[in-house]
Amino acid sequence: MRPPALDLPIMFIDVRITAGAVTILDGVTLTISPGMPTVLIGPNGAGKTTLLRAAMGLVPPSSGLVTWGGRESSDPKHRAIMFQRPAMLRRSAGGNVRYALAAAGMPRSKRHERATALLSEVGLTGLDHRPARRLSGGEQQRLALARALARDPGILFLDEPTASLDPAATKAIEDIVRAVSARGVKVVMCTHDLGQAKRLAGNVVLMHRGRLIENTPAAQFFATPRTEEARKFVAGELLV
Amino acid sequence: MSGGESALQLVLSGDPGLFAIVRLSLLVSLTAVLFAALIGVPVGALLALTRFRGREAVVVILNALMGLPPVVVGLAVFLLLSRSGPLGEWGLLFTPQAMVIAQTVLVAPIIAALTRQTIEDLWVEYQAELTAMDVGPLHRVFTLIWDARFSLVTALLAGFGRAAAEVGAIIIVGGNIDGFTRTMTTAIALETSKGDLPLAVGLGIVLIIIVIIINALAWGIRRTGERYAG
Repeated sequence: MRPPALDLPIMFIDVRITAGAVTILDGVTLTISPGMPTVLIGPNGAGKTTLLRAAMGLVPPSSGLVTWGGRESSDPKHRAIMFQRPAMLRRSAGGNVRYALAAAGMPRSKRHERATALLSEVGLTGLDHRPARRLSGGEQQRLALARALARDPGILFLDEPTASLDPAATKAIEDIVRAVSARGVKVVMCTHDLGQAKRLAGNVVLMHRGRLIENTPAAQFFATPRTEEARKFVAGELLV
Repeated sequence: MSGGESALQLVLSGDPGLFAIVRLSLLVSLTAVLFAALIGVPVGALLALTRFRGREAVVVILNALMGLPPVVVGLAVFLLLSRSGPLGEWGLLFTPQAMVIAQTVLVAPIIAALTRQTIEDLWVEYQAELTAMDVGPLHRVFTLIWDARFSLVTALLAGFGRAAAEVGAIIIVGGNIDGFTRTMTTAIALETSKGDLPLAVGLGIVLIIIVIIINALAWGIRRTGERYAG
């Protein structure tokens, strides 16, 4: 078990993010604390991805404030993100992981061994030399996860890590996420899969049209949602 | 056809005169491609990764320069290197060096434009990941050039194909001097006009074989790239 990341808590204080005339995040105030995974849910275009990217430090707020462990700017060394459609570097699977290790500053002599361990952790043992772009969808997601873990992050952001994967591949990813979280890594992820939110979440954040609707411990969210939107969402009604 | 037969004999017998011409052609074009790569790859990569006012215009002009007429390049380099020209005191006119300069000017835009396209496409794909991995600017450039290396070698071969096949630039600045600046293409032009068809046809055969080998190389490199990098 590792100590909580220095970057925690991540605080969003009245964060607004706009792109041209479009408001993507609209006055979001949120605290991401150490502990079980925080799972963002909500319809397409709710702002989940942008919230993740802002928390990673990739998108600056148009107004408002994001702080990491109380600091307004923070080296992203202890954070890693896996995008919804991860780009595979034109290298072997092992080469992709070794590249991430190099970018994270690991000396060359240690990379090979560490890459092998990471590939084994995500269940890709033996695929070291396979071109990454020739892997199946599920394998590519797992490789992207290994690449993110190569940074040895204290906080791991996952943007719909199992979108368009079959149940077996989804389970493989969820098992890794559970193991990583159990080690003390803070996982922040978004998903469209309510079952997945139930299985993994410590707390659930419901987003709708750029606004934060509800941020509640998972058990409570699914049993007694506080807001009308959450009630609808949990009941499987379409939130539009 | 007796012309064809004696041309073939010339090629197969390894005629020293013909061999010297082929050797000079390859030397000039390969050297030009080397210099053009040293200029074109960094310029192309820089253009792919920077944003400035007028960049679009530069890209359009660079793409247009890919189709630069060799005779015009030859004329420009001729004016530059001629006795009364700005670089006349170098005394390079009608030397192999002048031919290398002309072909470098001809090939560098091709390599730069193809590099720009390749690197820019790859950057679109890689941008989010490399940013998230906190990869610095210089490391990014090396990553993109390395990961695009198979496409870039194809660009170099395209440049070499262009250099090896052109006659307009080198005949003007080289002068087609026997045993000194005579290459395959200039010799073919001269021998044809003189009516010595066997030598012209023989050189033509050699040139076509070289072009086929280049394309086979490009094909092989592409396949290898797919195998290793996907």
